[in-house]
Order: sequence, then structure tokens, then C-alpha cells
Amino acid sequence: MKTVKIRPLLRGLTAALALAPMLAHAEWGNLNLTRGVTPYSETVYELHMLILWVCIITGTGVFAAIFYSIIKFRKSKGAVAAQWHENTLVEFLWTAVPAIILVVMAVPATKALIMMEDVSKSEMTIKVTGLQWRWRYDYVNQDVFFYSGLANTSNAARQLNSGIDPRTVENYLLEVDRELVLPVGRKIRFLTTASDVIHSWWVPALGWKRDAIPGYINESWALIKEPGVYRGQCTELCGKDHGFMPIVVRALPEADYLVWLDQQKAAQKPKTAALDPGNQSLATTR
Amino acid sequence: MSDAMAHDDAHHGYRPGGMKRWLTTTNHKDIGTLYLVFSLVMFFIGGAMAMIIRLELFQPGLQFIDPQFYNSMTTMHALIMIFGAVMPAWTGFANWLVPMMIGAPDMALPRLNNWSFWILPFAFTLLLSTLFMPGGAPAGGWTMYPPLVLQTGDAFPFLIFAVHLMGASSIAGAINIIATVFNLRAPGMTLMKLPLFVWTWIITAFLLIAAMPVLAGAVTMLLTDKFFGTSFFSAAGGGDPVMFQHIFWFFGHPEVYILILPAFGIASAIIPTFARKPLFGYSSMVYASASIAFLSFIVWAHHMFTVGMPLAGELFFMYATVLIAIPTGVKVFNWVATMWQGSMTFETPMLFAIAFVVLFTIGGFSGLMLGVTPVDFQYHDTYFVVAHFHYVLVTGSVFAIIAGTYFWLPKWTGHMYDESLGKLHFWLSTISVNVLFFPQHFLGLAGMPRRIPDYAVQFADWNMVSSIGGFVFGASQLLFVIGIIKCARGGVKATAQVWDGAHGLEWTLPSPPPFHSFSVPPDPATIEGGMR
Amino acid sequence: MDTPPLKQANNRLVVQLLGITALMFAFGYSLVPLYNVFCEITGTNGKTGRLAPAQAALLVPDESREITVEFVTNVNVGLPWDFRALTSSVRVRPGVITQVEFEVGNRATQTLVGQAVPSVAPNKAARYFSKTECFCFSQQPLAGGEKKAMPVRFIIDPKLPADIETVTLSYTFFEAPPNSQQGSAAGDAPKT
Repeated sequence: MKTVKIRPLLRGLTAALALAPMLAHAEWGNLNLTRGVTPYSETVYELHMLILWVCIITGTGVFAAIFYSIIKFRKSKGAVAAQWHENTLVEFLWTAVPAIILVVMAVPATKALIMMEDVSKSEMTIKVTGLQWRWRYDYVNQDVFFYSGLANTSNAARQLNSGIDPRTVENYLLEVDRELVLPVGRKIRFLTTASDVIHSWWVPALGWKRDAIPGYINESWALIKEPGVYRGQCTELCGKDHGFMPIVVRALPEADYLVWLDQQKAAQKPKTAALDPGNQSLATTR
Repeated sequence: MSDAMAHDDAHHGYRPGGMKRWLTTTNHKDIGTLYLVFSLVMFFIGGAMAMIIRLELFQPGLQFIDPQFYNSMTTMHALIMIFGAVMPAWTGFANWLVPMMIGAPDMALPRLNNWSFWILPFAFTLLLSTLFMPGGAPAGGWTMYPPLVLQTGDAFPFLIFAVHLMGASSIAGAINIIATVFNLRAPGMTLMKLPLFVWTWIITAFLLIAAMPVLAGAVTMLLTDKFFGTSFFSAAGGGDPVMFQHIFWFFGHPEVYILILPAFGIASAIIPTFARKPLFGYSSMVYASASIAFLSFIVWAHHMFTVGMPLAGELFFMYATVLIAIPTGVKVFNWVATMWQGSMTFETPMLFAIAFVVLFTIGGFSGLMLGVTPVDFQYHDTYFVVAHFHYVLVTGSVFAIIAGTYFWLPKWTGHMYDESLGKLHFWLSTISVNVLFFPQHFLGLAGMPRRIPDYAVQFADWNMVSSIGGFVFGASQLLFVIGIIKCARGGVKATAQVWDGAHGLEWTLPSPPPFHSFSVPPDPATIEGGMR
Repeated sequence: MDTPPLKQANNRLVVQLLGITALMFAFGYSLVPLYNVFCEITGTNGKTGRLAPAQAALLVPDESREITVEFVTNVNVGLPWDFRALTSSVRVRPGVITQVEFEVGNRATQTLVGQAVPSVAPNKAARYFSKTECFCFSQQPLAGGEKKAMPVRFIIDPKLPADIETVTLSYTFFEAPPNSQQGSAAGDAPKT
């Protein structure tokens, strides 16, 4: 029974083989969840790491017991099978101990959830509308709205057999024609909805995703702490081009944001004088 | 009982050959074989779709298929693997094994048994025919969420009808298994002496009967919404698309356990055999299975935390979900305790069973993580979820199916399978399946959504690794088929007991077993011996 | 021959199990009204209530606080309508009936019938948000090119939880399901 001894070797070898091409241009940060840039995303990250460690430690214990048995209690080594098949104390313990661990985990999880669901005291509202296959952003009370879809560079490269190497396209599939610009340091309330099928709006750095459902509005919030560009994607299957409706959030310092907002208002004045064009004219597929 | 046999013998005495035998058979072993062969065919059709998916995802950019067809592939792959490969495989195992394990001559309702199988080829012909229809095969995901699914082309009614047929087939199968276990147990075979495979299947059968009609209702509502002007799921008519998700997952979560509970039964049969030690905690295994089944009806909304639920709802479904970790943990600990101080050998079924325990546990851990609502807001609908359910379904259900096949194949065919081929199959599968699915955890955490045909360049490396693992895993399964065919055609004659550690009634019958398993009820002493 | 007791037992069991199957099928359908009751109790999806003006008059205004009510509008695909709130937000006192106007226009040349679907965020405010008059109470036909103002009169129950300061009322116009339209849409004279 040499095979079992080969097992860890084979495992190691495959891991090494798998890792070899990574070393060339791998982003090691890509192995884990992002810490994000909001108070909520940081809470989620810490909770994620806590549960991950609980799983790793429990898993190590269980797997160690399995591999110890495999090595120690094999017939070829002359092991004689015991015949016990019950032990009330042990069974009680491995029911009770996981239960206690779960309760301990549930406390921070509950706190995080209560934090997420508290959308009060928000300082501005953005309405996010999903449609096949782009996003519409409305700055509620500001008379500013626009559509945001896949950038042309990515759109050209993503066509079947386009002949364009995606690696040559900057932010391939994660670039839009118009970014959602938001201020840093304000509690922003997001209202998500959709106008055809269900979509889901996700920017990992904000720490959550929320479904956009036609006819209904969903509420969530984010307080972005760091200026920067944060990218995400639609995460609910919404048809043919589900994979091609990215989200880009540009977080600006408050003063820069206000300047930007004034520019938008000035540019959209003529538009808002007429009625909102709705989405009909834009519902053309690409 | 023996009178009943006399009748059945007379009835089944006529045994046509060739195709007619298989079309008209009411014998549990023939029907079991039909189910298993059908499942294997579907496993390869669904697997071919998976290969297409992994081929397109091999590198960024679209090289082979357009996005709409890609969506059809993910949708059909899921429907075929769940309803065509795994569920029929379990019914096939039940057909072969339940009568032999409980000391019965055959299934209780042989004609129903024949129908419940022969519905399936029709259902899947309908489903697969949609690939050639205008508008293409269904592409809205196997979860069929409206309003998207209502955009399906000509395929839509075929999808609904196929789902109805699959449901009818599995309900019929479930009724048959319950009737067999309740009414045909040999004298002395009390409920708490049933092998765990029979126990898990009984629980599965009740889940099927409770869950499949709800799915039938949900898809019927979709059908009437599309063609008959109802508004169950359309906000315009006072309905709500989210309600579909609630109804669907009320079926969908028990469905998850329909796919995995019989696997628990198989692991509980194989591990004690090759550890030469009785299963640890038999009764706690039964209670754990039952509590998992019960909990499966009150956790459905954890599949849809992001739709926007009241805080109380999110908390309830989170607590109920993580609670499942306890009975599942009990099962894993019991298997480990069964191995502890055993006298183990590592034939192919045992290798697959051990891999099942280890890898299913990994899937269980990611399931626990996904059950925690606030972090699920990040994980939901990413490749982390894809990794999770493939660990529980491929290295869980499918590995158990493979393990069970190797385990009982000598009993079914009367020949030993090729052990070195089996071991090669095991090592290639186990290594490649981890290369295939483990990196998908990283992809999901790094932010790659599921159900996308193309991805940002930063996800390229792990996708390539995953695809390579996928191709090797797919190719390795050909060894499985070769092994089965070789074994069916001949080989070393198998003894009745086959494995020296095997206990249970099926191992008291010759290999292959007679046409009617137990024409004479087994000696109650054998039942005691089987239980030890 | 077949022992009757076994056959009887089988038949009885099959009938029972088919009964469970039928019950569960019915249960699937009963989830529809159950879900609606659940949504009303919890405010899930922000479905708002309707109140007769006489009942609304019974609510005692709360002079101690003001709530911001925002209005957002959406038009579902397939309906070529323009739709906006003429007031994007108002400050209101709970217990006081407030009227706001929406404007809706049909860009198409033929008559179309729309149905507005309301939704309130936060969801838990929905129970306390009632309308005494709303264009969403019935289907709205609009002739081709027609534009009209539509009023909504609403009242917030003073029992609204203290932590809610902003309530958003959203309306989405859908094309009314064809079979439910009061009179056929195309070519008909507008009903206004």
C-alpha cells in the first residue's frame, strides 16, 4: 500500500504545478476577500477571517484524525479492529462544542447584520437601476442622472473572436463609459431597483451586494473612507450580457465631489427641462 | 410473503430478451441497472457541457461560444446533472439495493417502478431537444428566476414540461421506495436495524414527496404567467418576482439534501466494511439525518439573502442555517470514529469514501461560511458559491455514487472490477477535482461573479488552472466507464460476501444475486449478524 | 396468489403518499397568499397600505417631528412613458395628509394602459405609510402623446418608529397585463 505515502507528495506536486504559472504575474491579494473601504466592509472582512480560521482549525483537527487513522490503523500494519461503536460522552461533546462555537460566531454576525440594516442618518441618496445591460444612476434630489455601461474598449475586445487580446485592454470588462462619482466621508443611501429583470449591484470594496428587482426598491448604505476607484459587476444572472455590465465607483473628496456635481447639473439643465427620457430609447441591445 | 412471490414469479416468469426486456421489465435489478446506465449517460452529457464551459473560461475573451449559448450551457449542465445524473443514480442504487438490504423479493410496486424510469428518457429528450430550437435552450439558470426565465424562447414550455416529468418520475420512485421499506421488510428487520443507506433513502423519499410538488407548483405558475395571463410573479399584476424565489428554494433546499443524504448512507456502508469495525453511532446517524431533513425546510431563504429581507428574517435564516452544521458535524465525526482503531484496507470504494468525507467536509465549511448572512452579502453569487456546491455535489454526491458503484459492482455483476484501474481512476479524479474546484474559492473571494462567460484579466490564472483540472477530471471519468464495462463483461468471480468486512443481507446472496432477491425471507439471525 | 393484506397495505400507503403529494402541491400555491400576508406584516418589499380618508382623519398629527419623504419614479421596459415626480421630496408631519403630484406622458402614438406599482424604503416604514388617493389604485390608460398630472395623497402613521427619518416612495409604471386591462388598449379612446 505505497499509494497512501505518495498522496501528500502528489498533492504537493500538483500544488507546485498549479502555482508555477502564477508566480509570473500573479496578484497574491487576489486569494482573499477584500478588506474594502467602508466600516461595513471591514466588519465583514473581520467576520470572514474569524469564520475562516474556525473552519481551518476544525478542519485541521478532523483531517488530522482521518490521516492519523489511515496511517496508524491499517490492516497491513497488523492493526486489529476494535469493536466499540458508541460513547455517550464523546457524542455529547462533539454535539455541544460545535454548538458553542456557532453561538460564539453568531454574536459578531448578528452585530454586523444590525449595522448593515441601519440605513438611518444617511446624507444623500443614489438610486441604482439595473436594466439589460447597463446601470442607471439617479442622484435623488439633485436632478442628475445618467447611464453607465461597458466601456467601448472592453466591448470591442469581448466580442466573439474579436482578435483583441483582453490583456492589452486596460481594466478589461471592469471599465465603464461613465463612472458613478461619490463623495468620501458621507453616509450614502443606495436604492436599488430594475426595469426589466432582476440584477444585483455589487462593489466588493463597499462590502455588500443588493438585488435590483423590478417594481421594488431595496435599501443599503455605504460610507466610503478612502478616495479611489472601486470596481464591481452585476451578480444576478440577467440574460445574454450579464457578464458585461460592470460598475465603477469613483470616490472623491467632498470638495471635488461638489465641483463635479455642479458640472453635471449644468450639463443636464436642458435635459431635465424636458421630461426624463425614460429608458425606452436606451433599451437597444448592443 | 412467499405466496406473494409465487404470484410474482408466475408473472415475471415471462422474460423477453433484447430491447423488449428492458422496456417491459418490472424487476428491481433490471430497473436499477436502467437508472444507473441512464444516469451515467446523463453524467457524460452534462459533463460535456461542463467541458464547454471550462473551455470558454480557459482564458479571458470569448473564443468559442457566444454569451447566450454559454448561459444555456450553465443552465442545462445544472438541470442535467441534478435531475438527470445524481437523482436517477440514487434511485438506481435504491432499486438495486433496498430489496436486497431489507430481505424483500422485489420492490413493492413493480409496474410503477417501470413507469417512473421510462418517464425520464422522455423528459430529457424534451429538455435536450431545446438545444435545437429557435431562441436556444433555456438560459435563465436552473433556478428559473422570473422575469428572466420568461424571456426564454420556444424552449420555455418544453423546459416546464420536462421539469414536471422529472418531478413525477422522482415522486413515483419515492413512493415505491417508501412502500417497499414499510411493507416488504423481512420478519425481524425492525426500523432501527435498517442499514443506513435504507434509512437515508427513506428520509430522502419523504423529502422528495414534500419538495417536488412545490417545484411543480412553482413552474406551473411560471407557465400560466407566461401563457395564461396570471400575475403570480409580475409586479404589474400585483405579484412579486421574489415570491418565486421563496417557493423555488422551499423546494430547492430540501432538494440539496435529496442529492446528498443517500451519499451519507453509502459512506456509512463502505467505511465500516473496510475499517472492519461497526459503524460508530448508528442511532445518532439516523437522528442526524432526520434533523438535517427537518432543518432543510426552514433554511430556504439563505439562498436569497440579498433580495432584501427584514432583519428578523435574515437573522432567523442565518441561525437555522448554521444549526445544520451540528448534525452534519456529528456525521463526519462518526465516520472518523468508525475508522479510529479499525483495521483498514484501501480498496477503491474505501479510497473514494475517505475522499468523500474529507472533501465533503471542505464543502461543509464553505457552506457554513455562506450561511452567515453579513458575509454572504459578499460571497453570494460569486465563484465561492460555485466552489462550495461543487465540493458538496461532485466530491460529495458524485464521489459517493462512484464509491458505491465500485463497492456493489462485484455483487451486481458477479465479477471483481479491475482494482488497479479503479485506483488510477481514484487518484486522477481526486487530484484533478481539487485542481478544478479549489481555485474557484479564490476566484470568488477575489470578486468573480458566477454565470459569466468572460472575466477580467486578474482572474485569468486561476481560471486556467481550474480548466486544466476540469479537463483532466472529465477525461478520468472515461476510466470509470472502462472499469464498469470490463467488470460487466467478466473478470475474477466474486464471492457472495465480496469484501471480508462486509455485513448486511445483500452480502448473503450469491454474486450476482438471483432474479428475485429474497424469495424466502432471510433467517432473522442473519439480520442480527448483519447489524452486529 | 397475492396476499390481499400486503396489496391492501400497499394501496393504502400509495393513496396516503399521493395525498401528501397533492397537499404539498396545494401548499406551493398557498404560499402565494401566505407570502402576501407575511409581506403585509413585515413590510417586506415595501408594499404600502390604502386608507379611507375618513380613517386617515382619525390619526392625530405628531407636531414633534418631521419626516423627509422622497419620491422616485421608474418605468419598466416595454412601456414608452415618461414619468417623474413634480416634487422630488417633501418634509411632512406624521398624521397629516399630504398631496404631491406626479407627471406622466405617453411617447407612443397609440393608447397604452399602465399600472403603477408602489414600493417603500425602508421596508419597515411601509406599514405606517398609507395612501388615501393614488393613481396606483387602478390602471391608467394614456392616449398616444397624452401627458397628465397624477396626484397622490398620503399620510404617515404617527406610530412610525423614531429611528426613521427618511422614507422613500417609489413608483414603477408597468404595462398592465393585457388580460387584466379594463377594455382593450389599442385604438380605444382614453378613459380620462
